[in-house]
Amino acid sequence: MAEKMAENGKTPILDVQELGIDFGGLTAVNDLNLQVFDGEIAGLIGPNGAGKTTVFNLLTKVYKPTRGKIFFDGKDTAGKSVVDINKAGIARTFQNIRLFGNLSVLDNVKTGFHNVTPYSPITAILRLPKFFASEKEIDEKARDLLKIMELDGYADYLASNLPYGAQRRLEIARALATNPKLLLLDEPAAGMNPQETEELMDMIRFVRDHFGIAILLIEHDMKLVMGICERITVLNYGMMLAQGTPEEIQSNPEVIKAYLGD
Amino acid sequence: MKEKKSLLSFGGDKKQRGRFLSFAIVIIAYIAVEILMKTGNLNSLFTSLLVPITCYVVAAIGLNLNVGVSGELNLGQAGFMSVGAFCGVCVSGMLAASIPAGIPRLIIAIICGAILAALFGFVIGIPVLTLQGDYLAIVTLAFGQIIKSIFMNAYIGMDSEGLHVSFVQSNFKLQPGGKMLLNGPMGATGTQKIANFTVGAVLIIIALLIVYNMMFSRSGRAIMAARDNRIAAESVGIPISRTKMLAFVTSAALAGAAGALYGLNYSTLVPNKFDFNTSILILVYVVLGGLGNMTGTIISTVVLILLPELLRSLQDYRMLIYAVVLIVIMLVTNNEWLMTKWKSLFAGKAKGGA
Amino acid sequence: MQFLSYLINGLGLGSVYAIIALGYTMVYGIAKMLNFAHGDIIMVGAYIAFFAITKFSLPLPLAVLAAMAVCTVLGVVIERLAYKPLRQAPSLAVLITAIGVSYFLQNGAQLLWSSSSKVFPSVISTGGISLGSASVSYLTLITIVTCIIVMVCLTLFINKTKTGSAMRACSEDKGASMLMGINVNMIISITFAIGSGLAAIASVLLASTYPSVYPTMGSMPGIKAFTAAVFGGIGSIPGAFVGGLLLGIIEIFAKAYISTQLSDAIVFGVLILILMFKPTGLLGKKINVKV
Repeated sequence: MAEKMAENGKTPILDVQELGIDFGGLTAVNDLNLQVFDGEIAGLIGPNGAGKTTVFNLLTKVYKPTRGKIFFDGKDTAGKSVVDINKAGIARTFQNIRLFGNLSVLDNVKTGFHNVTPYSPITAILRLPKFFASEKEIDEKARDLLKIMELDGYADYLASNLPYGAQRRLEIARALATNPKLLLLDEPAAGMNPQETEELMDMIRFVRDHFGIAILLIEHDMKLVMGICERITVLNYGMMLAQGTPEEIQSNPEVIKAYLGD
Repeated sequence: MKEKKSLLSFGGDKKQRGRFLSFAIVIIAYIAVEILMKTGNLNSLFTSLLVPITCYVVAAIGLNLNVGVSGELNLGQAGFMSVGAFCGVCVSGMLAASIPAGIPRLIIAIICGAILAALFGFVIGIPVLTLQGDYLAIVTLAFGQIIKSIFMNAYIGMDSEGLHVSFVQSNFKLQPGGKMLLNGPMGATGTQKIANFTVGAVLIIIALLIVYNMMFSRSGRAIMAARDNRIAAESVGIPISRTKMLAFVTSAALAGAAGALYGLNYSTLVPNKFDFNTSILILVYVVLGGLGNMTGTIISTVVLILLPELLRSLQDYRMLIYAVVLIVIMLVTNNEWLMTKWKSLFAGKAKGGA
Repeated sequence: MQFLSYLINGLGLGSVYAIIALGYTMVYGIAKMLNFAHGDIIMVGAYIAFFAITKFSLPLPLAVLAAMAVCTVLGVVIERLAYKPLRQAPSLAVLITAIGVSYFLQNGAQLLWSSSSKVFPSVISTGGISLGSASVSYLTLITIVTCIIVMVCLTLFINKTKTGSAMRACSEDKGASMLMGINVNMIISITFAIGSGLAAIASVLLASTYPSVYPTMGSMPGIKAFTAAVFGGIGSIPGAFVGGLLLGIIEIFAKAYISTQLSDAIVFGVLILILMFKPTGLLGKKINVKV
């Protein structure tokens, strides 16, 4: 379904044009073109150090690009901050998990609603009716997200006390809370066993169908990438090596060379 | 499932008990002290410490919001108290004729002190909050020093022509019959003492309400998220500077309110009272009480103010012992081996009792 | 020509700040802690020098050596007893402990030597030389020269000796240094020893400038030197040097041209301004967080 929409020539939700960044004299990403379409699960793969996480940092404005443009939802994102980008509808997870360790699992998800269900500090201090209405809404939505990510049993745990796999899922729940149109997942299956990875794949598919959002993921686990991504971009030395369906990528000699060496 | 909705509802359930404990402690302590005072069982030394204790508790609760909840080291809390104190004293002095009643004037002075301190907090917050870690701490330290030197050189008075403000003593002249409000290094003199313990206790309750209601809300979650992981907080759309500013300004406002109450408890108040050492003292109350733990802050503030008085019999050695107590508490509470022993002792007891 | 004499006096005061700031910055760079008791080490040094000169009538160089010896031992002992057990503790706990140590030293000094201030004997000759119409006291010259010598020796030590490179390694990455066979605890002790020894040198210069010795005399110079270290970028040795000199010059100029009473406000105001534009100080390293 999703591939078809892409092929129908719809405007992409994310359109990256000739993107590049240099750190000092080192070019980390160069001349990258990448599109993600509505409701699509896209993959970004490449050997270690290929610049995949740098691409995520560029998309979310942690780094400012040296060259090129990023259009999100048809609008140029130049000059936007990390916060603006999230408000515009891009949410992400992190390769090295970044949770709010001293907050409960439930509160971690609730932070995601910061701009979705806002109310002022005065409302909070005076405990005005709006506070109770908003908090009730946030609580219900947050618990729904925990249920989807199969974390409902952990709601009152401290985030830092969660098992590794659950921490990765909590990051996804927190990102979903911000009501994104595009979700960026940075190695969501890292450190998970095959069974957990299998479950995660189902969850990612469910999230895409349930929320109708686009997902772009970085992953090393080829089983996961080939299993759920509809389109894959391969990155090597910061440059795009290949782009296509999983079948095309798997049979691409350039890709095989980059992964296996000469 | 019906939850009573009021100013005192926090939304949590397990956490709620901890929060009620701090209110309960304040109210019980207040009643106990009032009974002791009415029956004449409280000596004059302790009576004279009551209002200062409430002031430091309020300033420490504010600082804990800043240091514990927001995670930013602030070495200038006394500076904000100073702003509140001298603002409060001036306001009270100016209104003495129009509002002779003490309590309403005290309340206005406290509100003015809080607002002015909050404004200072906002202005200082602009450079402070773009910095991180120890650099931020040094700016708050610098701010405390700047405030002190400004008040050391401020001459403020009121006469038939209105308010006079000068930073050069020789330029400062008042019409006959005018009233000196601030006199440079001598500070505020001849202040009418209108502060009282009840207002102090109420101020603590208000401070607790503000801090707790903020902590357990959207803003509080954002403040703690920004503390735990800046980058992740930004990635979910939390603006870091604005969030930290909220904690910083609230903390400053509470210190300002506390300062105003403090200033109106003495007939004279010198700017040197609120120096770096006072800032450090408040920080010690907060750290010893536990970061983010308001009940702990209240208890540690009271104990640490009373400790030197209780050690009075040891005369010259008391401050030395105070220092040793401070070091030993830090060493013990941060020793993993001792803490696990301590916890297992309690766990064992709990099992034995059950 | 008044300008020149203010400048030289500023450099003199700045030199004292720089020597103290070196201690702050080295300890921060290696132990990653703000040693708020550093100012009080200066006070102890001043008392030792005072008694060495007045009670035991030692000549100045021996008095300085005695002060250095006592301060060095004191610094190392404090580190071992109070800070070492807190290596893994949160930085606030270490900060509060340092404050406790500071109280301890101040109140200990008060008990031992009373709180009244003692006049430090003028062992450095009071005269001076004239540069055009500006006159410069010997004390100021000695202070500046001492600071330069200290700076040169320290730079050579850090860059040319094995211990120095171990120190640099520790300030980069303690874990990796340990794996490379560096005795990190030893390096931290050496850092405290050097910092405290420098504090002793500063104490004699300070006590000779304002010829009085009292239990809280270290607080304000301590805070100022800490500010100087931040000025230059805390953790950076050249930064502490530059920061110290700048702070001294700004303070003297503010006193001379603007207002004596407001000079502290001006010094700290300039600090805030510098940090607004250079958030890690003049020579500080930019912190990069890996996402």
